[in-house]
Amino acid sequence: MKLSGWGRFPRIETEVRAPRDEAAVKAFVTGSSPVIARGNGRSYGDSAVGAGLTLDMRHFNHMLEFDAETGRLVAEAGVLLGDVIDAFLPRGWFPLVTPGTKLITLGGAIAADVHGKNHHVEGSFGACVDWIEIMGPNGEVRRASRKDEDDLFWWTIGGMGLTGVILRAAIRLRPVETAWIRQTIHPAPDLATAMDMFEAHGHDTYSVAWIDCMGQGRHLGRSLVMLGEHATRAELDPKKAETPLDAGHKGKLSVPLDFPGFALNRWTVRAFNELYYRMGAWKAGTSLVDWDSYFYPLDSVLKWNRIYGRRGFAQFQCVIPLASARDGLTELLQAIADAGAGSFLAVLKRFGPQDSAFSFPMEGYTLALDFPMKSHTLDLLERLDAIAVAHGGRFYLAKDSRMRAATLRQADDRVSEFLEMRETRGLKAHFASAQSERLSL
Amino acid sequence: MTDLPVLILGARSDMGQAIAHAFAAQGHPIQLAARDAGSLDKVRADLALRHGVEVTLHDFDVLDSDGFAPFLDSLPALPQIAVSVVGYMGEQSENEQDLGKASLVLRSNFEGPAGILALLANRFEARGSGTLVGVSSVAGDRGRATNYVYGSAKAGFTAFLSGLRNRLAKTGVHVVTVLPGFVNTAMTEGMDLPAKLTAEPDEVGHAVLKAVQKQRNVIYVRGIWRLVMAIIRNIPEPVFKKLKI
Repeated sequence: MKLSGWGRFPRIETEVRAPRDEAAVKAFVTGSSPVIARGNGRSYGDSAVGAGLTLDMRHFNHMLEFDAETGRLVAEAGVLLGDVIDAFLPRGWFPLVTPGTKLITLGGAIAADVHGKNHHVEGSFGACVDWIEIMGPNGEVRRASRKDEDDLFWWTIGGMGLTGVILRAAIRLRPVETAWIRQTIHPAPDLATAMDMFEAHGHDTYSVAWIDCMGQGRHLGRSLVMLGEHATRAELDPKKAETPLDAGHKGKLSVPLDFPGFALNRWTVRAFNELYYRMGAWKAGTSLVDWDSYFYPLDSVLKWNRIYGRRGFAQFQCVIPLASARDGLTELLQAIADAGAGSFLAVLKRFGPQDSAFSFPMEGYTLALDFPMKSHTLDLLERLDAIAVAHGGRFYLAKDSRMRAATLRQADDRVSEFLEMRETRGLKAHFASAQSERLSL
Repeated sequence: MTDLPVLILGARSDMGQAIAHAFAAQGHPIQLAARDAGSLDKVRADLALRHGVEVTLHDFDVLDSDGFAPFLDSLPALPQIAVSVVGYMGEQSENEQDLGKASLVLRSNFEGPAGILALLANRFEARGSGTLVGVSSVAGDRGRATNYVYGSAKAGFTAFLSGLRNRLAKTGVHVVTVLPGFVNTAMTEGMDLPAKLTAEPDEVGHAVLKAVQKQRNVIYVRGIWRLVMAIIRNIPEPVFKKLKI
């Protein structure tokens, strides 16, 4: 069948199987065509589309053990982060690291080494992983941790599923007193102000900025910087304090059909951004926000990827190292504004330092935004690639759907080591995605 | 009410586990019954961790009718709600040629489930309360060439549930008949099923929970099946016998 990621571009022919037990996974892994494990299909491009076979791992959705003293959960790779929250937030625990959607599997979170609004403090998802059980090319299952099989552990975190099939993992949750976040919004009229704000708030638990990628001239890079802290029980009003760990459930909206291609254009996006910035500036200040609205605003609009129409969209996310961040971001934003092509879902975030084998984050600034797939989109993305590379930046593979293999090599000198690891461990013939083929990984 | 135990007969099935989750989420302790129940330990752990309820495993073989009474005696408590999700489809082409295989289908879908629910019914009646849920099938609404051995067993089970409901109506014991239609489970894996007519196991779980809470008698999980089956039942036999459906 034709399969794609969340961006619905590209759509690639692959065979999909949904194994129910380890024996079935082993039969596929040791079979003649290479496999890639797929979780809930939230990576944007072709990372979780098999070059031969795609293994839908969602039957592996059992939670196995929880230690209420330490907050350590052992679970199968197909368990959703949202299920973890549903089960453990009422008991006072929350994921240590979460990206902007809870509709991802633990296996996917590890493979893409996802990051959240607290990267500058806690690091990426790998920071909360104690161990991983991985099925290798011969069907043998190994437990890898910082102590044992540490090579395999580090290559698997951020390894995009190319080191084997992740079956189970132990992750640590963080204790929280309430289900509420104390959010502070600061309007920043331009990029320099936004960056200064990130630098000044390096100790805040959560920080992220919505950035107006249509802003031109003195408005270039204008942003709403949003800071957040887990609210304590004492901060809640008496009504909320009655059930501090239950913020109530909201209904779900769904996008019922594909928007026509013209629905999102530079004028509608510009109008939206103008309004959004003014609303944000008007509402600036501190308020209590429930966890779901704070971390996962888009999850309440199911199938939101349909607003980009049938042709889908491409995400672009790069990180530029601290030293060249200001110049790099300015050039990127200028190129996007010139093309008039950006969308309203653009995000700027300061990353903290990170050591990793193949993960995306490094200390610096990351810019993420999506572009509806139109005739000129791929050309613009190539221009953005070149700007990022020129400033020492690199790219997030979980978002990528179209980069060239050569660009990846220019951007990331860890590729050759990753390839060597794949060779020596005999992984290449057994684990491959459409993305790994495209990028010659 | 929500602290009363729920027994799931056929707990290895996707539907059985989805129903267990729906009740466990309300706080009910769960008794999972299946052959080789020990192998369901991760299902047990998952239910217990997600919902914070007690979950126990019990060996149960629907083909071993002599074992039914000892099985019920061995449960930690007589359940308040008992759900039979037991079923086995087999291959129609084999079922029509091989009497042994046909018999296995009849026993797995009719004789066995009816037998265990009959014993539970008597114990519930003696207690004066309880709900029995039988997961039957729309295949039992009219026999078709493509699966009439399975369908006839389900027809028998549906009639049994109807009679049991009638008998127990004034005793405080309620009987629910569930007709799921197509469900996306291990049993239907690889079949090409129409999306609008195919429910996810979770939908079945929630439908069963709601039916028990509202004391419904007969439910179709997706409403459209009520219409589909009404049409299929009403096609005149001279026409029906020539159809390929």
